[in-house]
Amino acid sequence: MSKTDSDIKISIRDVHKSFGSNHVLQGVDLDVCPGRSMVVIGGSGTGKSVLLKCILGLITPDSGSIIIDGKPVTHLSERKRAKVMAKFGMLFQGGALFDSLSVWENVAFRLLYADGVGRKAAKQRAEAALNQVNLGAEVMNLSPAELSGGMQKRVGLARAIVAKPEILFFDEPTTGLDPITADVIDNLIRRQVTALGATAVSITHDMGSVRKIADDVAMIHEGKIIWRGPVKDVDNSGNDYVQQFVTGSEDGPIKVLAR
Amino acid sequence: MNPLAIIGRTLIALTREAGAMSLFAWRGVSAALSPPWYWSQLGAQFLRIGYFSLPVVGLTAVFTGAALALNIYTGGARFNAEQFVPNIVVLGITRELGPVLASLMLAGRVSAAMAAEIGAMRVTEQIDALETLSTDPFRFLVGPRILAAVITVPMLVLVADIIGVLGGWAVSTQILDFNGATYIRNTVDFVTRWDVVSGLIKAATFGFIIALMGCYHGYRSKRGAQGVGRATTNAVVSAAILIFAANYVLTTLFV
Repeated sequence: MSKTDSDIKISIRDVHKSFGSNHVLQGVDLDVCPGRSMVVIGGSGTGKSVLLKCILGLITPDSGSIIIDGKPVTHLSERKRAKVMAKFGMLFQGGALFDSLSVWENVAFRLLYADGVGRKAAKQRAEAALNQVNLGAEVMNLSPAELSGGMQKRVGLARAIVAKPEILFFDEPTTGLDPITADVIDNLIRRQVTALGATAVSITHDMGSVRKIADDVAMIHEGKIIWRGPVKDVDNSGNDYVQQFVTGSEDGPIKVLAR
Repeated sequence: MNPLAIIGRTLIALTREAGAMSLFAWRGVSAALSPPWYWSQLGAQFLRIGYFSLPVVGLTAVFTGAALALNIYTGGARFNAEQFVPNIVVLGITRELGPVLASLMLAGRVSAAMAAEIGAMRVTEQIDALETLSTDPFRFLVGPRILAAVITVPMLVLVADIIGVLGGWAVSTQILDFNGATYIRNTVDFVTRWDVVSGLIKAATFGFIIALMGCYHGYRSKRGAQGVGRATTNAVVSAAILIFAANYVLTTLFV
């Protein structure tokens, strides 16, 4: 079934990116539909993070195009880039909270420094966002260094959703967390994506996370998308690479030592 | 390996580095001089670079002024010219030692701190996070540091000038039997406005170098603790060398 432009929120066309002689992305094609949660899976070093940073505009692709809401975003001026960024919310793998700011200032950062919201109103919205990720007012004035890894992820999630973005990005949201905390984060992500009606793009190699947060799954291998489909099909993909990744077996076409 | 190839490769690397540094400086200065300005960041940098560096700069200046007075007295005694101690101390401090030594201390303290902080932000993706939060890292991190350093380093050097002269005065009156009032009168009568202003122009230039090197090396820091450590070392070393080089160029212009 072909899709029209209005059916696609993010369109990635033939994106290439190399670092020296290392060709990380070798012609990635991927569409993400509005309101859907797309999870990109793949092993370490297959280009997941580079792909995400290309979509976010943190890395400029060598060639190819990235189109968001029908508009190319690959080569934008600083001002236009800031406008596109206003649509985004991003949860970084390590949280990427600002050490020099308190928890509430981290959450309210965009409101305070980019949107010009007053400190009182911004603090109230930060508190509401923290409540949505099951954190109370008692953490508001703490420093990020005083929080556990799971709490830092939740603060990062609150920072990502506070401005009600149209598109949410999640970079390895459960890496480094214990299984219970990881499940809490997955549930929060699913709940917030649904509540906002946002489009979501996540990268992960955690299949538990995939099953919780994905509507659609794409697998990247050696810089190309080699399979995509709805999450319900991921266990019966008919693709040997996906099958090996899902089962976590050493035997299969993916050679770990070769990477 | 062919020696010509080594020379060529080194020259290309140096040219590339100089180009990258110039572009970085251009973006940093543009960010410092055009809105939006992040006043809280600027205020924090004024405190860190200016106020918290006062003890280091003050101690450097007082001991430099004192040692300078002793050396000039020793050298002057060979020509029966001991009476010129106040004149040469104030000239040496305001035109040369005040700006250069204070800036070298600040290169160690401020450039290193900036490189370490921004480098840590780079490797923990905090700079990427700034961009995703619609905030230009150059405007939020680099611009305020450059602006604060260019403004506060001359202020610090002015304080260093005064403390350095007082260091010379203290040694001259307590050890070398100078009359205190006469020493001060000689100093004030001898020093010209240009002696002080030329030192402050040097200080503003050195302030720019200190902030630029700290931000540049921190911003380009590679992954890991080793990358941040290397960025910090490079920031201090390059700031110190550029301060010496800029001092020579400015001195030839000001003489």
